[in-house]
Amino acid sequence: MATITEENVQKTVFEALPQFGVDESQITREATFEDLDVDSLDLAELSQIIEDEYGVALKGDDVGKIKTVGDAIDLVVQKGS
Amino acid sequence: MRPDNATALVTGASKGIGAAIARALAADGWKVAVNYRSDPEGAEAVVKAIEEAGGTAKAIQADVSNGDSKALLKQVEEELGGPVLALVNNAGVARDNIALQLSDEDWDVVIGTNLSPAFRLTRDALRGMIKARYGRIVNIASVVGPRANAGQSNYAAAKAGLIGMTKTIAAEVARRGVTVNAVAPGFIATDMTADLATDEIVKVIPARRQGTPEEVAAAVRFLASDDAGYVTGTTLYVDGGMSA
Repeated sequence: MATITEENVQKTVFEALPQFGVDESQITREATFEDLDVDSLDLAELSQIIEDEYGVALKGDDVGKIKTVGDAIDLVVQKGS
Repeated sequence: MRPDNATALVTGASKGIGAAIARALAADGWKVAVNYRSDPEGAEAVVKAIEEAGGTAKAIQADVSNGDSKALLKQVEEELGGPVLALVNNAGVARDNIALQLSDEDWDVVIGTNLSPAFRLTRDALRGMIKARYGRIVNIASVVGPRANAGQSNYAAAKAGLIGMTKTIAAEVARRGVTVNAVAPGFIATDMTADLATDEIVKVIPARRQGTPEEVAAAVRFLASDDAGYVTGTTLYVDGGMSA
């Protein structure tokens, strides 16, 4: 398992999003998943990638509250600390 | 293209339709986990037949109605040495009675064996399939469900439920290269139908005969193949025209 730091998690998330067809140049902490056209299936897969990498499981309720890329990163860091 | 080492899990595969599906998938190059609940001899006979035909298979004991689908998938992947990229939800039981006489227990057993495990296994197998961008899920439904069969309200509910689940999950995961389909057998010659009045029933089947497990298995083999990559969310009836 990788160590949960904001930097590591941000790297994982930023690297994962292009797999869902997101344009790399659009990825920032402030970008919303809606703007990036990241839907519930993409978020479920992102949750899997994070769980495999850090052992932090994001449940449906958690994922529902996430609006921006930064929210996702912060939630993983918070749950892992 | 199907990834190397791809493994297929067929539930309830020690006899009947499940056994034929296991053999057909093995013949098509899948490594096959032959799941069984209570008939190790039957499952081993299926494995032996597959091996003699040059395929790879292992018998895996698990009662899918007990809920531990993650453990079953893990065991299959460890014993077969490849990811489960095809899942055939075939395990099923019947507890027939008209609704007025049907007990809670017989309702629960049929839903808990024919429908709920298919959902749990599908959900848990999807993780690996989505990761691989490849997956084939085939749910064995029935002509009973889409149409009535007096005395089988529990079975009909479970099988119609499988078809509804098939369509929705197909829509959810289609763009990850995972297909989800159903096969709806009609009156097939198996232990489950052995006590029925065959001569009477075949009179109302346009083909005027029972189907064979191999005829059902051929439909599953197609839906699990690369050729069926654009087929998803559908139900393929193998019923001699019963539902026509």
